[in-house]
Amino acid sequence: MILDSKIPDGPIAEKWDNHRFSSKLVNPANKRKYKIIVVGSGLAGGAAAATLGELGYNVDCFCYQDSPRRAHSIAAQGGINAAKNYQNDGDSIHRLFYDTVKGGDFRSREANVHRLAQISVNIIDQCVSQGVPFAREYGGLLANRSFGGAQVSRTFYARGQTGQQLLLGAYSALSRQIAAGQVTMHTRHEMLDMVVVGGHAKGIITRNLANGETKAWTADAVLLCTGGYGNAYYLSTNAVGCNVTAAFRAYRHGAGFANPCYTQIHPTCIPVSGDHQSKLTLMSESLRNDGRVWVPREALDCGKFPNDIPESERDYYLERKYPSFGNLAPRDISSRSAKEACDDGRGVGQGGRGVYLDFADAISRLGESTIRERYGNLFQMYERITGENAYKRPMRIYPAIHYTMGGLWVDYNLMTTVPGCFALGEANFSDHGANRLGASALMQGLSDGYFVIPYTVGNYLANTGAGALSPDAPEVKEALEGVRERVDQLTSTKGTRSSRSYHKELGQIMWDFAGMARNEKGLKKAIGDIQDLRGDFHKNLLVTGSNETLNAELERAGRVRDFLEFGELLCRDALERKESCGGHFREEYQTAEGEATRDDENFAHAAVWEYKGKDKTPDRHKEQLNFDNVKLAVRSYK
Amino acid sequence: MNLTLKVWRQSGPEDKGRFESHEIEDVSEDSSFLEMMDQLNELLLSKGIEPVSFDHDCREGICGMCSLNINGFAHGPEDSTTTCQLHMRKFEDGDVITIEPFRARAFPVVRDLIVDRSSFDKIIQAGGYISARTGSAPDGNALPIPKADSDKAMDAAACIGCGACVASCKNASAMLFTSAKAGHLNLLPQGKAEKDKRVVDMVSAMDNAGFGNCRNYGECSAACPKDISLDFIAKLNRDHAKAKLKKLFS
Ligand SMILES: Cc1cc2nc3c(=O)[nH]c(=O)nc-3n(C[C@H](O)[C@H](O)[C@H](O)COP(=O)(O)OP(=O)(O)OC[C@H]3O[C@@H](n4cnc5c(N)ncnc54)[C@H](O)[C@@H]3O)c2cc1C
Ligand code: FES
Repeated sequence: MILDSKIPDGPIAEKWDNHRFSSKLVNPANKRKYKIIVVGSGLAGGAAAATLGELGYNVDCFCYQDSPRRAHSIAAQGGINAAKNYQNDGDSIHRLFYDTVKGGDFRSREANVHRLAQISVNIIDQCVSQGVPFAREYGGLLANRSFGGAQVSRTFYARGQTGQQLLLGAYSALSRQIAAGQVTMHTRHEMLDMVVVGGHAKGIITRNLANGETKAWTADAVLLCTGGYGNAYYLSTNAVGCNVTAAFRAYRHGAGFANPCYTQIHPTCIPVSGDHQSKLTLMSESLRNDGRVWVPREALDCGKFPNDIPESERDYYLERKYPSFGNLAPRDISSRSAKEACDDGRGVGQGGRGVYLDFADAISRLGESTIRERYGNLFQMYERITGENAYKRPMRIYPAIHYTMGGLWVDYNLMTTVPGCFALGEANFSDHGANRLGASALMQGLSDGYFVIPYTVGNYLANTGAGALSPDAPEVKEALEGVRERVDQLTSTKGTRSSRSYHKELGQIMWDFAGMARNEKGLKKAIGDIQDLRGDFHKNLLVTGSNETLNAELERAGRVRDFLEFGELLCRDALERKESCGGHFREEYQTAEGEATRDDENFAHAAVWEYKGKDKTPDRHKEQLNFDNVKLAVRSYK
Repeated sequence: MNLTLKVWRQSGPEDKGRFESHEIEDVSEDSSFLEMMDQLNELLLSKGIEPVSFDHDCREGICGMCSLNINGFAHGPEDSTTTCQLHMRKFEDGDVITIEPFRARAFPVVRDLIVDRSSFDKIIQAGGYISARTGSAPDGNALPIPKADSDKAMDAAACIGCGACVASCKNASAMLFTSAKAGHLNLLPQGKAEKDKRVVDMVSAMDNAGFGNCRNYGECSAACPKDISLDFIAKLNRDHAKAKLKKLFS
């Protein structure tokens, strides 16, 4: 596998401009001859499909929900970063670039991150012009808030529903192109395989979830904008339908998968309440602007009503350990600290897996109405789920799987190692290294979709020429048959166990051994356990009903089958990365105080996995990361 | 808690459909309504019965994918709450719960509790956007917008497009949805240029999709999980009348 990152020449601040200028253009009159498949309608896919349609390409867009507006980007709460420096507090493109590289624990590609920081300012302009109702100051100008890992206020937000509003912006632009006939939207369609002909991505195979029909679609390029793989852990803040299938099928066809072990565990989620739990709910990081995190100083106090525990008996552990960032310490660090406190027996709530996030100080300082205005919907959501009123007593929170920094390896053009197959948004690995800073995923999704891909896909198409295959071509038919067989396998196993029970068991293995803290012994055990579980799945799975109708059991079984293979890859990557960095914490590699220890000499690279065949160990390749503009340093938030 | 569930089953759009009754035991009061449905489905599966199909995705009250008519209420009896956020502590041990799909002519049943709400997408395609070509936007702060206007636009934009408004209206009208979507854009200066065309086109797309007329019953707003206000309907009516008048005189 050749990993050519195609980073343009020149000083970092000029690379993107130079690259755009040297990219080939497709003549406006010719654009309609090119067909582009966009899988996904979240921020990345929605923005890409809308923009490519507007440019005149012939776009087919797919999503598994009943409407493109429901992609999980909709759930993002806190905000989106941009280096506007509207607050005049010392922000700049270079600072956002620096914060993101540092926040990612020096495991991302400088050139991509810099481009992201540059484009961030255009994103806000674009969204405002679409009518995104960002929060404003009384003077009518855009308001900002702070997010973890930054000392400037650069986060734009729309109440606690930033993702919803940005997605509705992209969805409205997409709807306009659908009406114009430039984009054909296929809802309730799940991509189950990619068609690769002569080494190039030439189409996809989908299953129509409403009636079970499998079908082939062909195009000149395929864009995978299918989100993250957090649901490999069963419980996560992702939507229930989020899956790795599209990315994993691309991997099976030769697309390198980069850094699958980089998973982000978000420190502020509502704790698990029992075995019925089907997903976890995030309480936005923005709450840490006003909430203070603590646990009782003594384990004996854990059962007490929190308001009865006096100040002197509380341990505000983030403020204690990281005085300069305090409650706004980055996610990986905050999560691990919560785990440590609970491992120490000082956790609160069910099973002792929770810490307090307390608003009492902020309420007495600012008044309840201000807090209500800032976070009302989050407090309401918390009340719905737990039955507790967080204006009167502290919230209970605990870390949960939230975001995946790993993903399909892409070059500077967002193209995977399979020519013609591009990956955008959370589905790629490109910008966040080993840890993503808050409010940066929305930025990346929109940057990829609105501003990067229109140039880079154009360059690819101009170089290859138009020529989508016929859906009746033999290679396409073969791929279609393959998918039909695999779907049939699921309904014909006729065992006794539900796909959900496998998913839960896989999730438990992943959380126990590849969660917040990992070690060699545990990861090896996890790999063996997953292989056993997979073997059992193929023998004992029960899916009722047929594949010719809407069948949710069948959908889940297909996704779980891919997670069962992918989970092993994730553990393998975690095993081979013998250092601690960002969200990847290996217990063997830490300082005496428990801080992560990176190994820049041996691991300043992206690990890229190449599929070698069924039951064969995949190959691990490296893309060396060079830091010419940011000095490699120990990440400190003390 | 132990419950009796009367669930609507319908194998496809052509099937007439019927209620099926199931007993379910040991439901945790901390589980959400949909987690209770998961539990039911695992139970059915273990008996070799096909599980009940229902729509859902985010399970945190924001994607608008979940639906269900629970004991006669869209999204169940709790105010300002989607089905996925409704928790079983709101029910009592021994309850009989009736679960049906959202019912409306413009939302045909796909299977069991799943309905087709693509008519909402059509309304948006008719004009629920501001034509802003990618890359052509002026600076975000070039046009200050009074906070009150922006807040009001956000109130409307909070709509999640779930269709509870339609399902709870006697006439199955989509006025609350349409007015929220149009209102969000019409309230902002960026949306002014296309305002008249927007309201006329969106309203006619709504009529063409088979939604009923609005008679100001107000059930829609009462059922809305996001508390979208009836004021937006009044605003849409005004904007629509103005646009029609202008057309007449131009
Ligand atoms: C609860 C929550 C809160 C968050 N808050 C923030 C925040 O405040 N700020 C921030 O920057 N980031 C936040 N994030 C992260 C951010 O929201 C996501 O990383 C980002 O929105 C992902 O966008 P996307 O377009 O890549 O994927 P998604 O929005 O997940 O879209 C994926 C699309 O792919 C489709 N799809 C998936 N698989 C298939 C398949 N096999 N076939 C067909 N279609 C498929 C889906 O239908 C969907 O349309 C948050 C994430 C979560 C979960
Ligand atoms: S499942 Fe998303 S709103 Fe209920």
